[in-house]
Amino acid sequence: MSTRLAKGGRFVDRSSKIRFTFDGVSMNAHPGDTLASALLANDRLLVGRSFKYHRPRGVVASGAEEPNALVGLGTGPRFEPNQRATTTELFDGLTAESQNRWPSLEQDVGAVNAALSRFLPAGFYYKTFLWPRAFWKHLYEPVIRRAAGLGKAPHPESRDSDSYEHFHAHVDVLVVGGGVAGLLAAKVAAEAGAQVLLIEQSAHWGGRAPVDGGTIDGMTPEAWVEQTLAELDALPNLRRVARCMGAAVQDHGYVLGYERLTDHAPGTIGPRHRLWRIRAGQIITATGAIERPLSFAGNDVPGVMLASAMRDYVVNYGVTPGQKVVLVTNNDDGYRTALALHEAGVDVVRVLDARPMGGGKLMEQLREQGIRVDPGRAIAKVSGGKRVATVHSCLADGEGNVLEDIACDAVAMSGGWSPVVHLWSHCGGKLRWDEAGAFFRPDPERPPTGADGLPMVIPAGAANGELTLRNALEDAVIAGKNAALKVGREVGEIVAPFGEEVAEAALMPLWIVPTKATPDLRMKAFLDYQNDVKVADLQLAAREGYESVEHAKRYTTLGMATDQGKLSNINGLAVLSDTLGEAIPQVGTTTFRPPYTPISFGAITGEARGELFQPLRRTPMDAWHDANGAEWEPVGHWRRPYCYRRPGESTEMAVNREILATRQSLGLLDASTLGKIVVKGPDAGKFLDMLYTNMMSTLPVGKCRYGLMCSENGFLMDDGVVVRLAEDTWLCHTTTGGADHIHAHMEDWLQCEWFDWRVYTANITEQYAQVAVVGPEARILLEKLGGMDVSKEALPFMTWAEGTLGGFPARVFRISFSGELSYEVAVPAHLGREFWGRLLELGAEWDVTPYGTEALHVMRAEKGFIMIGDETDGTVIPQDLNLGWAISKKKEDFLGKRAQARVNMADPKRWKLVGLETSDGGVLPTGALAIAPGKNANGQRNTQGRVTSSYFSPTLGRGIAMALVLDGPQRMGEELTFTTDDYDPADESKTTLRATIVSPVLYDPEGARNDV
Amino acid sequence: MSETSYEPVTPLLGAISEGALSVRDAGPTGMIAVRGDLTDPGFTGPVSALAGCALPGVWRASGHGGRELLWMAPDELLLLMPYGEPRLAAPTLQAEFDRQGVHALVHDVSDMRVRLIVEGTHMREALARLTPADVSPAALPPGSLRRTRIAQVAAALRIVSEEQAEVLCFRSVADYAFRLLGGAARNAPDFEYF
Amino acid sequence: MLTLTCPCCGLEAAEIELAPGGEAHLVRFGPGSSDAEFEDYLFNRQAAKGPVLERWRHAYGCGKWFLAARDSVTMEVYGTYSARLPQPPEEVLTRIRARHPGWQVPA
Ligand SMILES: [Zn+2]
Repeated sequence: MSTRLAKGGRFVDRSSKIRFTFDGVSMNAHPGDTLASALLANDRLLVGRSFKYHRPRGVVASGAEEPNALVGLGTGPRFEPNQRATTTELFDGLTAESQNRWPSLEQDVGAVNAALSRFLPAGFYYKTFLWPRAFWKHLYEPVIRRAAGLGKAPHPESRDSDSYEHFHAHVDVLVVGGGVAGLLAAKVAAEAGAQVLLIEQSAHWGGRAPVDGGTIDGMTPEAWVEQTLAELDALPNLRRVARCMGAAVQDHGYVLGYERLTDHAPGTIGPRHRLWRIRAGQIITATGAIERPLSFAGNDVPGVMLASAMRDYVVNYGVTPGQKVVLVTNNDDGYRTALALHEAGVDVVRVLDARPMGGGKLMEQLREQGIRVDPGRAIAKVSGGKRVATVHSCLADGEGNVLEDIACDAVAMSGGWSPVVHLWSHCGGKLRWDEAGAFFRPDPERPPTGADGLPMVIPAGAANGELTLRNALEDAVIAGKNAALKVGREVGEIVAPFGEEVAEAALMPLWIVPTKATPDLRMKAFLDYQNDVKVADLQLAAREGYESVEHAKRYTTLGMATDQGKLSNINGLAVLSDTLGEAIPQVGTTTFRPPYTPISFGAITGEARGELFQPLRRTPMDAWHDANGAEWEPVGHWRRPYCYRRPGESTEMAVNREILATRQSLGLLDASTLGKIVVKGPDAGKFLDMLYTNMMSTLPVGKCRYGLMCSENGFLMDDGVVVRLAEDTWLCHTTTGGADHIHAHMEDWLQCEWFDWRVYTANITEQYAQVAVVGPEARILLEKLGGMDVSKEALPFMTWAEGTLGGFPARVFRISFSGELSYEVAVPAHLGREFWGRLLELGAEWDVTPYGTEALHVMRAEKGFIMIGDETDGTVIPQDLNLGWAISKKKEDFLGKRAQARVNMADPKRWKLVGLETSDGGVLPTGALAIAPGKNANGQRNTQGRVTSSYFSPTLGRGIAMALVLDGPQRMGEELTFTTDDYDPADESKTTLRATIVSPVLYDPEGARNDV
Repeated sequence: MSETSYEPVTPLLGAISEGALSVRDAGPTGMIAVRGDLTDPGFTGPVSALAGCALPGVWRASGHGGRELLWMAPDELLLLMPYGEPRLAAPTLQAEFDRQGVHALVHDVSDMRVRLIVEGTHMREALARLTPADVSPAALPPGSLRRTRIAQVAAALRIVSEEQAEVLCFRSVADYAFRLLGGAARNAPDFEYF
Repeated sequence: MLTLTCPCCGLEAAEIELAPGGEAHLVRFGPGSSDAEFEDYLFNRQAAKGPVLERWRHAYGCGKWFLAARDSVTMEVYGTYSARLPQPPEEVLTRIRARHPGWQVPA
């Protein structure tokens, strides 16, 4: 059985007990345990079910590479699926649940998939599309859906109750990995004077060395680590962060670090996760190595574990996964596990060493303890359902004929080590094949490069393929020195600490166990535990022609699960290359992509959630709108009142009331969001003539002119009223969404094309609160405020004046977007709320009515005024909108002029703007298409126009619309058929509406209302 | 009536977020944007005279006592002074340039931005949560200024002292910026990096 | 995420402080130009694999436009320079040619 040993466990505090629950069962553990070590201590070998076949699975590893032991953690708003038990630090009260099982872990209906596994081969998901549809819909899909998926999503209504944050750090040298190599490299770089950040994904420093043994400068690795940490902490230019994983290495030294601050200590104040956004001059990847599993039949039965993981559980947690253990290995390192188990009092019943001559000194040490080693042997098959029962041994180089049945309850497997090259590879670092170690290692000739074109990542220690303690330490010193030199520090002679350990005999690569395993064995030998990819699957993919490693990966899903193939990668490649008859380096590897292990959405989001999800731009009058029934409409990042609903009113009723009140008496619009850009200088007139389609240089001081702006490709991009403030100064109004990009557009031309023109611009949009005072009583209200002459004579239409209005410094523009008598008044933004209040107070006698954007839209549509973004969509030119009058014929050049001379722009078949009146008084849907006879090449109905805006006009008492229609202006009075939202070509009579083409100016066409 | 009788109000109405690190609205401030040729004495002279201090170096601030000059761009300065003064001072300065034939743009922008003061220990840590800019003492010593972004909006960061920074951002996003900075100040107040 | 040094204000800016502006050194063709010239100006872009000359704006910064010579494959930055220059300065060309001997500014 799997249990806690009487002694040992360098991470656990045996003097204290904590409790946790797994699938509702309460269990004991010690502080310092991981969820995995605690489950093993409680004899919970079965911790999950596999993705495809729902096979029983147990803990395989002890770190980030764990593919099987994924659980759901927490409850309610803190529930999180797919958390690795091996990296989950236990705390008192932790609740975990197994996943991918239904109805329970022990009795799982999905396990039927396992019985059907012959019918779920590689490419299963692609091939199933060939099956009859009905067969799926009614028979299999409901069951499969229930059983499919990895983990379950949190409840859609739950909201994560933790907080998260980002932190930007700029350092000379970032060291990823706090094992002995990382510590040493960081020390060397920091002692040379570099600013160093050292991050370690686990809670512990020193990595594997304290478990694996040997000595460093005569000290135990543990003692050396302790001493080195003290030295590091004395360096003011070095900072170390535990529980912080290097998640991604990106361009120009940009690295993401994922720090888990409170996962191990819930209830702690502060953010749960911190995403470090690091910009580093040099990156040292001291990310260690991961042991490879061996691919024998039944290598996924709970109780089969990586040898190194088993050693970790014994040494670090005082836990053994079994009482009678078989070790199967192809290298000497595996023996360390057998020795550790033996020393802890666990019975090592047999060592199966695939090498014909067995191992070296470590083997001898083990034999001296009286433990039997069988050289040249391997595992044909492990039997047992939810727990290992028997190892059937065989010749390593055979077909799997069973030589002996060995009763045991756990198997330690060691297939050699693979350097963790992920971070090296993320940004383009290439790999080379190491024959002796049978692994890919960073190719120093082809490193990832930074902004200066020079190498920016330096691998160190085991991550660089230096697997012995001595070499790893020497390599770390080189890495630390190189990094310091590259960031401009001077480095003297440094002698690496001397690492000493038992010499190892050579490893023998072993990819399929046994090497000539029969098909039935290969059907049960798992490469990718999490995605249930077997040796046979990869071989099938190769036979079916998936020869590229990237294709084979996608076809079989090898390495595509949440563990990203940390265990399966090399074994899978080796099997593929073996099947293809090519060398492993020729087959190559798949691409390593960030993040190294999954990181939380919370960490990615940082502060950007809830009310900080997006910036919300508020006008100076925002608080008043909010307190007075505003229904909001987002415009750009602004929020503007769509309408103000009074108690008992619907949205439509409110809009209609606002329009009628404005047309009959007096309305107020908060127009502060309109863009305002000052353009000044001796060449400002010339510049504006280039920018606008019409002439702005001739606008007299004191006057306003409506202007259009086109992009260089001729399309209408913005419009607004231009005001001449002084001889060399203009004020350009833009649309609400346009201020920033129009200002950028102006600066682009001024800085890059006409940089010798003497013009300055300033975007002063937010300096002013602007209010449109609209309606027949508009003038009398301003007169009541007093201080400025706003009479017809003093301030005629399309003029402006500056002065003090009711005590407010103000600019008054007599412009109208509604057809009514209208003034737009700009006051300093800090006075805006006060000014608005004053207008309401003084306007009460005329029932002054604030109106929102919808009333604004309806009133402008009644007048046939276009709206950027409604009538335009980036493909519309002013000529389409009958705005030819606003395009100067006199100017030699303006932006867009040449484009508008292109053949297709002058095409008479371009759809043109018209007004529409619905025949039954109803309202057309915006975007409705005008149907034309016949069908196009795709069998779709031909069209001859589309509705660009559509409203109910309370003024006219019927539906009105603007549309772009083929030959529209020449077809006044003609009735067209338009689609509705539920348009059905088979039932046009019921799913279309009729409307008549009319002039777009539907209200007060002679402009009498404004001419007062 | 020639002068306003109304009190100017910033969008934050003087809000304060208290804590080991406080964030507060500095209140209405007079600001004048000036664009011109920073190498032309005809331009810099009158600006210096109005500000009562020398021109700041690149990405620096100069002046004191509420009359300060901030370097905003290679051809732009921001002049700080008591609220209300720019209403007269800005047109006067513009008129002087116009009279001298100096090509320059002067505009009262007092209401366009808000100034938020971040004060307390770990001020730099709070900023580093939100901006991609390097806010270490080496990169941004007291007296320096940098325009960058905090989270999703544009901002100018000005380091006044090791315990105090000013964040200038646009008025419309004052509420967003205040909440951002308040959150950054409250989150893990003990976290020390710089 | 790239970093580029703004030649106008000297700051090293992160990509999220910058706004991209497409290919640099386009020669504007206006009224009077032929269809072919105008088409070339408006639509035809190099999109080269290797050294590219680009327009960037220090949008969250000094607000100035500048040009950058960058390698679209390796991300190496050969240099940044004034948007007023009709072609990259000599030192930038030298750095490009150190990696790509004989490289010429695309016509
Ligand atoms: Zn700049």
